[in-house]
Amino acid sequence: MSLLEITGLKVGFDTEDGEVQAVRDISLTLERGEILALCGESGCGKSVTAMSIPRLLPPDTTRLSGSIRLDGRELTELPERELRAIRGKDVSVVFQEPMTSLNPSFTVGFQIAEVLRRHENLSRSAARTRAIELLELVGIPAPARRVKEYPHQLSGGMRQRVMIAIAVACSPRVLIADEPTTALDVTIQAGVLDVFRDLRDRLGTAIILITHDLGVVADIADRAVVMYAGRAVEEAPVTELYARPRHPYTAGLMRALPSAAVTLEDGRRRLSEIPGLVPPPYADPEECAFHPRCPRAQDDCTTRRPALDTYGTGHLAACFHPLSAAAPATGGGS
Amino acid sequence: MVGLVLVAGFLVLAIVGPLLTADPAAQDYTAPLAPPSGAHLLGTDDLGRDALARVAYGARVSLEAGVLSVLLAMVVGVPIGLVAGYYRRLLDPVVMRLVDVVLAFPFLIFAVGMAAILGPSLRNVIIALSVSLLPGIVRVTRGEVLVLRELDYVAAAVADGAGDGRIMFRYVLPGATSTLIVQATVGIPTAIIGEATLSFLGLGVQPPTPSWGVVLTAAQQFLDQAPWLAIWPGVMIALSTLGFNLLGDGLRDVLDPRSSR
Amino acid sequence: MALFILRRLGAAAIVLFLGSVLVFLGVRALPGDPARVLGGEDATPSAIAAIRHDYGFDRPLPVQYAQWAGKAVTGDFGRSTQDKLPVGHILTERLPVTIELSLLAMLVAVAVGVTAGIVAATRRGRLADYVATGFGLVGLSVPHFWLGILGILLFSAKLHWLPASGYLPFTGDPVGNLERMLMPALVLGTGFAAVLMRQTRSAMLESLSADYVRTARSKGLPERSVVGVHALRNSLTTVVTVLGLQLGALISGAVVTEQIFVIPGFGKLTVDAVATRNYPVIQAVVLVTVAGYIGVNLLVDIAYALLNPRVRLTGVANG
Repeated sequence: MSLLEITGLKVGFDTEDGEVQAVRDISLTLERGEILALCGESGCGKSVTAMSIPRLLPPDTTRLSGSIRLDGRELTELPERELRAIRGKDVSVVFQEPMTSLNPSFTVGFQIAEVLRRHENLSRSAARTRAIELLELVGIPAPARRVKEYPHQLSGGMRQRVMIAIAVACSPRVLIADEPTTALDVTIQAGVLDVFRDLRDRLGTAIILITHDLGVVADIADRAVVMYAGRAVEEAPVTELYARPRHPYTAGLMRALPSAAVTLEDGRRRLSEIPGLVPPPYADPEECAFHPRCPRAQDDCTTRRPALDTYGTGHLAACFHPLSAAAPATGGGS
Repeated sequence: MVGLVLVAGFLVLAIVGPLLTADPAAQDYTAPLAPPSGAHLLGTDDLGRDALARVAYGARVSLEAGVLSVLLAMVVGVPIGLVAGYYRRLLDPVVMRLVDVVLAFPFLIFAVGMAAILGPSLRNVIIALSVSLLPGIVRVTRGEVLVLRELDYVAAAVADGAGDGRIMFRYVLPGATSTLIVQATVGIPTAIIGEATLSFLGLGVQPPTPSWGVVLTAAQQFLDQAPWLAIWPGVMIALSTLGFNLLGDGLRDVLDPRSSR
Repeated sequence: MALFILRRLGAAAIVLFLGSVLVFLGVRALPGDPARVLGGEDATPSAIAAIRHDYGFDRPLPVQYAQWAGKAVTGDFGRSTQDKLPVGHILTERLPVTIELSLLAMLVAVAVGVTAGIVAATRRGRLADYVATGFGLVGLSVPHFWLGILGILLFSAKLHWLPASGYLPFTGDPVGNLERMLMPALVLGTGFAAVLMRQTRSAMLESLSADYVRTARSKGLPERSVVGVHALRNSLTTVVTVLGLQLGALISGAVVTEQIFVIPGFGKLTVDAVATRNYPVIQAVVLVTVAGYIGVNLLVDIAYALLNPRVRLTGVANG
């Protein structure tokens, strides 16, 4: 049994314009100690998929169906009270915005200690001691001093390390990292990624890494699921995916890799984009959602939706006209 | 929407009401402190005057006080704020220090003082209230100007060599209009309550002029015998104030998207 | 932080000085001749001239101001023209009454307003929110004096639960004191509660949508700490600021409330003094009111800084 099994997950949101389908149908698994990347452009449903696990979605407007099992325990049927015991303890989250995700009115130490006192029943002083250890673990120098500081006294990279310290404080089984390095300088990104790798190696934490940056995926993930319009279009171990992408969308994303990207003045890299727009999340198309943007699209792509097929061990792709195994990573276009 | 309806109702009452009701000064000696009846829908006061007529006429006094004092404060305050914000180095420190000093007085204390200096009458209440409202309007205008003068189209006008006066009134002031409209709308209920309060304290409109505050002062003495006299003027103050407050909130949402509420 | 307090103190001192000048000039501008008031109806011209000389009314204004301000600093505000008592003595008698009334009103306002604001924000768009928001709007629009009249009508004239007016010192008769203070405090606190409710609600709505609240939820914290610790703490600066901004309205309201309930406090003293042209008293009460207002605003500034670590640690606001 895998650590985490998501089967047939659908997530919609009630809005004034009707229900919006963020996740249309997705199934995936996560093994113990594995780093799984969820990738795709913004709006593809990767974040919503991940936030469904601890159900950190607005309760009034979210419509969620399908199954999410953690160690065999069904999470979608748990009442809010029991989910709260899981959040921060078994499943924790590192968010994208390190500048605003910490509460400006409390010290870093308080915010780490809070989660320890909630889940581990630690005393105030024991939690404080542990907070210092955690700051050290995520690579913050002079932790005994930093623990008493407020978020505004820390740099963005430091703050993200503090967020990671909060997330790993109770040794979670699943750590969700939602674009954890997107808001950071490229030089700092590498350091933060190292922290994740180190935590996996030392604590055996399984990590779901949400990113639109396939460079980050190549750097750290074991396996990747590529999402498009609320569905998985390809899934494979990372080395396999890079060597033999099958779905034209994956191939398109790879052409947008940092090696082919423009370096901006601030040191960040802008990926070249696939032409065309992500389809609106209202109607559920009966066709391949990617076909309007796909260089390989043919007539059948406009009438039916391809299902996931197997292309070797652990390699799945949903395409009627996949790239051949021999095609290089840069293939797929003209 | 509700605000608009209430304000419209208030305006109709103030303008048309006095035409339809009895003479607010006519005394009916046979029926002092009469309870509501067919002849006097809201009853009569201690001198036998028709309470409905006095309420309707009171709306006119309130409207005058509310609108005119805000108008006066805007006419004086907006140019001061405009000039202070525009000549930031030269005039701003002086003007803002003066504003701070006036704002150091609680609104009603300042209005009471002004009313005491000027003497009690509707005209003087309006002047006293407008002087009390002035610093707020100066401050808001000046704040808008400080933001607006940094905008590109103003900079472009400066580069074109437009004169200071032209820039202030043609380019800066229109940008501040929506904020000022909201500010005026919110100022009216303050002035209405201010007039009623000053009159209630005996420092504003004087009897026999039937301001809502004056009517309530009289009504307070006959609470035991004629409680109905105290109800309607207060309801009217509350409804008209509520109307302008709601209207102000609505206008803010429509005109001034920067301040979210 | 020390520098920050010093700067604020300096600014407050300047405003207080200019305010005192304004008070002084304002009283001189009052219609009527103070010497004639002091001398009485049938005073001879020579008697009035003597009074004028005794009180220094014949000296140049700056000299008069200096004399008055110099004495005022030591607490000597002269004598009341009505009962010839030292004004300082009258102030110390009346001030605690108003302070008690204001504190009770503030207690009501914070208890009702902040709670209602939090409830409204957390139940946004539901019945409780509409009830609280409606209360907030009505509370803003109802004038104090009418609310007071309604209160007397209902609780005194009809139900006979509470005395309609009057005052008993707390030290002499605590129960009687609170009985008589309850209705005025509710009347004075209502408008204040409405403002606090509105501001707390909008500040809480902003805090509740902040990223750090999402972080707090992701930690598995119970909703009461997400709302009561993480969101509320960041809304408190707003609450404190509103408390300061509304102090003027509270003082204004106290003037009216004391008038209705015949409470011998500062507000009633002000109105009575204006009505009887009691110049020394007018000068003193307005000056003390302004000084108190400035002083409390200064405390609010400091409390604001203390609540906000960014200001507290660097001394720079909005940095």
